Amino acid sequence: MSQVKRRELFPGVWLRAVHTNKFKSAYLSVTLMSPLDPETAGANALIPSVLRRGTAVHPDMESLSAALDGLYGGAIEPAVRKKGETQCVGFAASFLDDAYALEGEQILEPAAALLGEVLLKPYTQDGVFSPDYTAGEKANLLDRIRGQINDKRTYATHRLTQLMCGEEAFGVDKLGDEAHVEAITPASLWQRYQQLLREAAVEVYYCGSAQPDRVEAAMRSALAGLPVNGDRLDPDCEVRISAGPEPRVVEEAMDVTQGKLAMGFRTGGLTCWEEDYPALVLCNAIFGGTTLSKLFLNVREKLSLCYYASSVLEKMKGLVLVSSGIEFDKYQQARDEILAQLDNIRSGKIEDWELEGARRTVISGNLATLDDQARQEEFWLGQAAAGLDETAEELAARFEAVTREQVMEAARKLELDTIYFLKGKED
Amino acid sequence: MEQVNFSRVGERMYHRVLENGLNVFVFPKPEFRKGYAFFATNYGGMDMRFCLDGEWRQTPAGVAHYLEHKMFDTKQGNALQELAANGASPNAFTSSAITGYYFESTEKFEENLRILLSFVSIPWFTQESVDKEQGIIGQEIGMIEDNPDWKVFMNLMAALYKSHPIRVSVAGSVESISRITADTLYACHKAFYDPANMVLCVAGNVDPEHICDVAREILPKEAGPIAVKDYGEKEPDRAAQSVVETAMEVSTPIFQLGYKGDVPEKGEGGLKQQLVGELAMEALVGNSSPLYAKLYREGLINQNFSYGYESYPGCSFLYAGGESRDPYAVRQAVADEAARIGREGIDAQLWERLKKGVYGAKVRSLNSFENLCVGQAQAFFAGFDFLRFADLFASVTKEDGEKLIENWVTGERTALSLVTPKRGKEA
Repeated sequence: MSQVKRRELFPGVWLRAVHTNKFKSAYLSVTLMSPLDPETAGANALIPSVLRRGTAVHPDMESLSAALDGLYGGAIEPAVRKKGETQCVGFAASFLDDAYALEGEQILEPAAALLGEVLLKPYTQDGVFSPDYTAGEKANLLDRIRGQINDKRTYATHRLTQLMCGEEAFGVDKLGDEAHVEAITPASLWQRYQQLLREAAVEVYYCGSAQPDRVEAAMRSALAGLPVNGDRLDPDCEVRISAGPEPRVVEEAMDVTQGKLAMGFRTGGLTCWEEDYPALVLCNAIFGGTTLSKLFLNVREKLSLCYYASSVLEKMKGLVLVSSGIEFDKYQQARDEILAQLDNIRSGKIEDWELEGARRTVISGNLATLDDQARQEEFWLGQAAAGLDETAEELAARFEAVTREQVMEAARKLELDTIYFLKGKED
Repeated sequence: MEQVNFSRVGERMYHRVLENGLNVFVFPKPEFRKGYAFFATNYGGMDMRFCLDGEWRQTPAGVAHYLEHKMFDTKQGNALQELAANGASPNAFTSSAITGYYFESTEKFEENLRILLSFVSIPWFTQESVDKEQGIIGQEIGMIEDNPDWKVFMNLMAALYKSHPIRVSVAGSVESISRITADTLYACHKAFYDPANMVLCVAGNVDPEHICDVAREILPKEAGPIAVKDYGEKEPDRAAQSVVETAMEVSTPIFQLGYKGDVPEKGEGGLKQQLVGELAMEALVGNSSPLYAKLYREGLINQNFSYGYESYPGCSFLYAGGESRDPYAVRQAVADEAARIGREGIDAQLWERLKKGVYGAKVRSLNSFENLCVGQAQAFFAGFDFLRFADLFASVTKEDGEKLIENWVTGERTALSLVTPKRGKEA
């Protein structure tokens, strides 16, 4: 079926190559990983977008788009992600797999070369980034930062994270903040870019029909311009074991018709590095991770307390974040019910179908990763940021053995840290 | 079973019409762990007025969507939970034209397929369960009405069309859904959920004949009558209203430009119009068009800009939109560019490049089982096979694109929908 290889291209620059004939496309990504830091987050987030504007060879978007169209409508998209407390910036690219080219031409080599060119040979003016491109992308990034308020569901979780982890790197948004982005100049951005190329750990991913040797050769050639550094930064993540003595409650008002209630828990140090991690994943799945979960079935369906209620697990940071949409006057009721559902897990009020359903869903989700290139890439990037090498199949197998008691144990470790409530304005 | 090969894109499709009129399409995918099944009816938000057994009925807006929510109720409980307990990810959607139910699973595919076919074909609701859903759907309506992207698009539909039901929200309004009773739902199910009005599309490591056997076993043995739909009087070419504006809590103005198209033919004529429409938009405002680069450079659009062609029974349109500080300037620039294309034609090299690019992107999108199955279901209801695009593509000429722009991108066919930031009113 498929075969996964990990190789070091240059010191601190790793390639993970998945060889498979399943897909119509070849997926390529290059990611620079560096610690989330309020001082550099905005600049890091800006770099891929400015790079994507033009290269020394293809100086504007028109000529870059033309080059991509020539490669059968390939896509090279700036990617800014957060994995634990590591900020991951770079490009995700998807090209037609060589097997489907209309005239039998090779696409991988020119595609890899174009990706390398976008990353390493930017269009410059006076030895730094173009003032035009920098200003344009700065404005876009500022719009995105300010626009985070538009989707209230995401915004509520975003605010919760900010409040809860205000003193930790995790509280820094992957896009950075307005003030730092405002202050960026073409020269300061250039400096940060050079530093990032020199210091960041680099993760390259490929999934497609080409053999790993061919991919390695193509990527070595494409990334030959990276500075040589035997001492690139390793990703890291601080884990706070417990919440404060009392949960913090923050309420804000906006002109909305539906309220948002977000609740953040700490997992008592239980993270993806621990032996008990699979129990935590199932605990979250039973609590609010699936359409079979207690939050979905009881808080939403049975009690009609909200339109949606779900929870996500931040596996490296050790957080469980609950997100729900409620009517304003249901705040107390919804909050109490969400906590009561967690208590049910703690005390073992878990039906067999709940446990098995969660197990099957989680295992299924892990295995389905193998059938989707973007999900697979996301999985491996997460593993790289965590310094883990376990495959999705190996991880899936670990869920089979989790017992009810282990799930209860994991639930008992959850401590409520912060509540965020977004309510309507009173007229 | 009939086997159709689409060798250019490496796909094989099996097709059979069962004795009860159900059309079954299967895409065998032996290398994948997951399987995907999509069971859909040719019935959506637009189909409010219909005639069954000689009797015309006008049903409230939102009824198809309401029915979709309630279909998951079964005599035993809830199908969503049954599927989730098998590790499947089930869901459903209602668009203006169709309602589809689907699941993806890596285990117990056949069992899950039986559940899917069973709950969609057997309505099971009471007045109480229907009443209870009012709250949940009311909340959902509240949530989408807070979403500026939804609002700007719905307003565009209402501006473009005088009476076509595409201008009505699929979910309806809190008022319209209050008029929905258990009796309404049973009547709509009877009118549209007959196997002869439905399609089943499956992709995965499955035996096509076996899929047909399962469908024969679960579904009614014979075809029943299907309702006749009515979309009202024929729409004029001109947009009903040229500008519609509303204020919401957004940071930057959001806009959608729409250009009213011709009524699509049923059959491959409709597919041809779609391909021409898509390519025309690429040439007019697409990522590698001259106008896109200019608008982007001038800061009039950003990365959130998107565009395309859409069609439904009885209507089609081109759209382009995103965030802009000056949407009127964007509208003018598109009109000017259309006029320039009218005078000078589309650059021949650009056109060839765009074709290659769009072709590659379309082939890449076939990675998704959902695209493949939903695409085939929609195409079948529109009278063609989804994968025929690969052969038809070569026949689309530059002149086709120019003609479409000349005929559609005119002042009278244009509508602009705006969502602008609210001012003042601080809490």
